[in-house]
Amino acid sequence: MSNHNHHDTGQSPWITPFNVIAGLIVLMGIYLTYLRFTGGLAAVTNLDDYYPWGIWISFDLLCGVALAAGGYTTAAACYIFGIKKYHAAVRPAVLTAFLGYALVVFALHYDVGQPWRLAYPIFVQQGTTSVLFEVGLCVFLYLTVLFLEWLPAPLEWLKLKRVRNIVIKLTLVLTVFGVILSTMHQSSLGALYLILPSKMHPLWFSSHLPIYFFVSSMFAGLSMVIFESTLSHRYYHNKMDKEHLEGTPHVTFGFAKAAAWIMAGYFFIKLFGVVLNDNWGYLPTFYGFIFSLEMLGFVALPAFLYAKGVRDKNVKLIKWTAVLAVFGIIFNRFNVSLVAYNYHLPSELKYFPALAEIGVTIFVVTVGLILFKLISTRMPIFYEHPDFKGSH
Amino acid sequence: MNRRKFLGAMGVAGLGVAGAEKVLAAEDGVTGASVKDVKGLPDSYAVLFDVTRCIGCRQCEDACNYEQHLPEPDVDFFDTGVFQQIRRTDWKTYTVVNQYDDKPPGAGDLYRKIQCMHCLEPACAHSCFVKAFAKRHDGAVTYDPNVCVGCRYCMMACPFNIPAYEYHIALDPLVTKCTFCEHRLKDDREPACVEICPTGAMYFSTREEVLKEARVRVVNNPDKYQSHIYGEHEMGGTNWIYISGVPFEDVGMRMDLGTRAAGDYTSGALGGVPLIASFWPVLLVGAYAISKRREKIAKEERDSFVSQIIAEAGPEAGRRLAERLSRSETLDKAAIEEEVRKALNEAAAKTEREDH
Repeated sequence: MSNHNHHDTGQSPWITPFNVIAGLIVLMGIYLTYLRFTGGLAAVTNLDDYYPWGIWISFDLLCGVALAAGGYTTAAACYIFGIKKYHAAVRPAVLTAFLGYALVVFALHYDVGQPWRLAYPIFVQQGTTSVLFEVGLCVFLYLTVLFLEWLPAPLEWLKLKRVRNIVIKLTLVLTVFGVILSTMHQSSLGALYLILPSKMHPLWFSSHLPIYFFVSSMFAGLSMVIFESTLSHRYYHNKMDKEHLEGTPHVTFGFAKAAAWIMAGYFFIKLFGVVLNDNWGYLPTFYGFIFSLEMLGFVALPAFLYAKGVRDKNVKLIKWTAVLAVFGIIFNRFNVSLVAYNYHLPSELKYFPALAEIGVTIFVVTVGLILFKLISTRMPIFYEHPDFKGSH
Repeated sequence: MNRRKFLGAMGVAGLGVAGAEKVLAAEDGVTGASVKDVKGLPDSYAVLFDVTRCIGCRQCEDACNYEQHLPEPDVDFFDTGVFQQIRRTDWKTYTVVNQYDDKPPGAGDLYRKIQCMHCLEPACAHSCFVKAFAKRHDGAVTYDPNVCVGCRYCMMACPFNIPAYEYHIALDPLVTKCTFCEHRLKDDREPACVEICPTGAMYFSTREEVLKEARVRVVNNPDKYQSHIYGEHEMGGTNWIYISGVPFEDVGMRMDLGTRAAGDYTSGALGGVPLIASFWPVLLVGAYAISKRREKIAKEERDSFVSQIIAEAGPEAGRRLAERLSRSETLDKAAIEEEVRKALNEAAAKTEREDH
């Protein structure tokens, strides 16, 4: 049962393709960090007065938070709804979510003008009328919750049994708290755009934006867990214990089925949005094409493919569908925050990210991968620690 | 205990001089959330901008630059070359005059000045998560650089695209925008741009008086003016009011902003927060209790079933059944029936063997 230990002590060479590429990206990231904090945002971004929010918000914040939703969905399925078969999926999902949120906060240090003031809204002066205040407070609290949810892994690794057992007792409370906080800030990320109706294309603007964002975060999280388990099985198969390996098909089929249903529901609430706001007239336009592509290609299609994959017991199809769904979420968040936003501006005033800006985003994602690798190859993530078997 | 003492006691504003400033803002300010109906702030200062009177001399831009100690402009204030393109406010320009094509052609070019509209219920103040913006009773929307984090949500939120940012500054960039020359309002003096205007395109008074003047001009000269008074109700009303001889769209002003204040659009979503916070736990713990109870009932049924089998078929078969059942998560009826059949058969066989 401890075959995972053999590999930790193995002489895996330092020069691996992952390490080399990750190392180069980190060097680039350090250089871009230097540029950002010596030359200001102008030195590394294409942001301007019309576009105060670029891809660091669209991708690092909006997509980052949506794709880290696997943490609350998996924990809720296992601990609240009592689907114990998903137990083995909880730790990887919680670790991913914790790192995801930590990196969201990390990335925001590049984006805001004065990052050392990032805690001001919580500790100095509270702008309670702001949706962003709610987002900030929830993300801050949820990051703490995720840290506590993740904590048993390092505590088991460090063999701090007593503390670990106390933290384990908090599981249900933390899970409930996590779902509440996630409901609030996942939806609030959509609510951020409610205050600027005149700048948003009507196809994406709706007073239901918070609901759209929350519902889509559910299948974003589920798809991400499926997608991630594909990658983990490729690279960490030898780390996984029997429970994890046996639980994976349950997770894949169960999550695919749930995602299919939620996506179908999401498709219809978005369709109702078009009906209620009488947006039919916009469909035969450029924006209508993008919107239709999003709805048909990245919501309806993956929903159908998930359902087909579950019916045919086709794991491969489900895995590729998860990729499609993840891209769909990214497409949606970019559509809301960059395509629909400022739709009325002439094209020469529109924003396209600078290379350095994309570079920082790649750097942030790479830091996440490195941390995930460091932690999951050392701590009990894909297997139960032999000393703590079955004690969850 | 008055509000100031209360805030002080709460330690919310305990930041020395900057803190004292902010408490003052909380007392004087009428930022959205606390004041539901600002009733148009009739006694606050306001400016009427008459598009028909502006000649595009840009002296207001010059005066603003001087009054606010802004950096030298890229292009001299007397250079009309800037009219080639539509400009906006930026970190070194709080106000801009743009030129628009004459309507009808030959009637003379049109000019419109832009600056902060000083909304009654400003989107920037509503959107700011550190309350850096405050709407003052004198009409000004002010900005506190001491708390600004630089998230730039105010720039996203502003329907008039006014706030700008110091993107080129590495460590302490700030949001910049027209201050309504608040330091002058305190002495009951008009803003620098109004003072310098050679054609009287701007009229400075209380908001009530400004609206009255606008109505008088529009009513007395129906052929000259559009009947709309821009800013009376746009986005909940503003302290800068515009009247024009041409449709407002022709001088770059959006007529589709609506009359609701920006905060109205988010209040519904924010109102949902306490509902989620209070009701989600009930639902979730309820779901947990249901799944727990279902497990418990399943376990009870299983146990009673096992003991029944033990009683009927002897301890050996019963133990194996219990083992098998404990391994399966759910109470699978078919599997159990199968197991029961097997157990009974075995028991029967056993009795048969014993009989022989």
